Amino acid sequence: MKRTVFRNRWLPYVLVAPQVIITVVFFYWPALDSVRLSLYRASPFGDRMIFVGWGNFARLFNDAAYLRSALTSVMFAFFVTVIGLALALVLAALANAKIRGLTIYRSLLLWPYGIAPAIAGILWLFIFHPSYGVLPYVLSFVTAYQFNWFLKGWVAMTLIIVAAIWKQFGYNLAFYLAGLQAIPGSVLEAASVDGAGPIRRFFAITFPLLSPVTFFLFTLNMTFSFFETFGLVHAVTQGGPGDATSILVFRAWKDGFEGLQLGYSAAQSVLLMLLVVALTAAQFRFAEKKVTY
Amino acid sequence: MAVSTRAATAGDAVAAAEIIGRVPATRRRDWSGAIAHAILVASVVMLAFPLYYAFVISTQTLDEVTSLPPKLVPSTHMLQNYADAWTRAKMGRLLLNSAIVALAVAIGKIAISLLSAFAIVYFNFRGKQLVFWMIFITLMLPVPVRIVSTYQVISVLGWVDTYWGLTVPLMASATGTFLFRQYYQTIPDSLAEAAQLDGAGPLRFLWSFLLPLSKANIAALFVILFVYGWNDYLWPLIVTNSPEMRTAVIGIDSLIPRTSQLPEWNVAMAAAMMVLLPPVVVIVVMQRWFVKGLIETEK
Repeated sequence: MKRTVFRNRWLPYVLVAPQVIITVVFFYWPALDSVRLSLYRASPFGDRMIFVGWGNFARLFNDAAYLRSALTSVMFAFFVTVIGLALALVLAALANAKIRGLTIYRSLLLWPYGIAPAIAGILWLFIFHPSYGVLPYVLSFVTAYQFNWFLKGWVAMTLIIVAAIWKQFGYNLAFYLAGLQAIPGSVLEAASVDGAGPIRRFFAITFPLLSPVTFFLFTLNMTFSFFETFGLVHAVTQGGPGDATSILVFRAWKDGFEGLQLGYSAAQSVLLMLLVVALTAAQFRFAEKKVTY
Repeated sequence: MAVSTRAATAGDAVAAAEIIGRVPATRRRDWSGAIAHAILVASVVMLAFPLYYAFVISTQTLDEVTSLPPKLVPSTHMLQNYADAWTRAKMGRLLLNSAIVALAVAIGKIAISLLSAFAIVYFNFRGKQLVFWMIFITLMLPVPVRIVSTYQVISVLGWVDTYWGLTVPLMASATGTFLFRQYYQTIPDSLAEAAQLDGAGPLRFLWSFLLPLSKANIAALFVILFVYGWNDYLWPLIVTNSPEMRTAVIGIDSLIPRTSQLPEWNVAMAAAMMVLLPPVVVIVVMQRWFVKGLIETEK
């Protein structure tokens, strides 16, 4: 810790004031208000709020649509994170050689991070377009099955998963490549001399040594797929068809701002906050115990 | 404890990321290099395909867009489509709004976190621990988990449909403060002592010593925040009503052909290209700082 070197009675308060004011007004006030609102329900005419206690939460846990959304969110996050990371890791491991031009490859891999999830979705929406898109066209030579995401929930889900993986893939790969370059070649050579084959070497040495990178990317991708993909769903599928792609944040928005069920939406916000806290706590525990340095 | 462990993780990743830039060009076996190049080229091409396809569509006529098999080469209609998109979606205003939001969020958040981190590291004051933890907790909750209540706060303040409403709530997070705090703590005490001996007060020290030293961190944070501000979708959707206050990512929604409309995907893709270009350019141009920022802001 640093020795304190400046003395001033009021200056430090002035310096922290902007951040503290913004934090209180736009973080603590809304967070606490979400908790308060979650205990109320609007009256039938919307003119006053009726206290319902745990009513909104009880309703949520019995609401089949909400539980479906929870499952949709978990599946979405799972596929985006696991497929995205596995693909990047396999390709990075195969491409792990001392070669020229890695900086150029990095530039060519990182740019999709700058594309908004909604725009990424729009690009893929057209690729998947049932009438004009290139993907259904190609698939039509293979099978007569109609890959129409307007009608089929799983195709719509595939569409948003692919768009999300695409957006994340470049930097997943770039980070794995960087992580692999940091593993000393001598370690792998020693294992090789001891008779370990490439697959054995990968699971016994490379994968454990990459765990900090995997952990970092896992956190980043989970947070992304749970909380930053609203635009993707809103711009592309509107949660549909039916509610096949209504992830949790989308449903909280829809119930709050289209359904105007403020209390019900606030209760969903409170559950999302608990989810974030749980994820963060899990990360801290995981970071302390499992990661190899 | 947990915090320092994670910092170590990030540190390793930084070290790893730096290495990518300076790999010696020695090859042990030629074929492994060839395989690596083949895989990397294939990845780069696959990654670029959706963007290329969108660009191609944005240069075609309506007939070409709807023809089968899909045409995968650029055509002649580019200027026409971009001009159409520009006037129909009022792109000028949308892009201006996005630029204002992205710059305000980036500059505003950098400014407030520089100041608060300076106060926390270089002063002792009553309530410092409270302030520290108050800011620390905000690391955990992103905007999407408290949308209804934040909107209500904005309407109480009368900020709905204003630039204030669009930007200030997005600054309420601690990432920047922690980045600067961690960095300040690595600066030797002797620097501040020397500055004091020269008669420099705290603000002089901040301006003439800390700020120049923090350039790389400021640049790193700027890239991340600019991209975040430009691309944020949920908050501008909620807090704006009038078309004039929409940002570009949500404003082009009206150009996306829905089932019953004329399939003018060429115009929609022209609009999409215009919206995605600025943040992508920022990332490519400021790539070194982008990688640094990506690692260090991910708490």
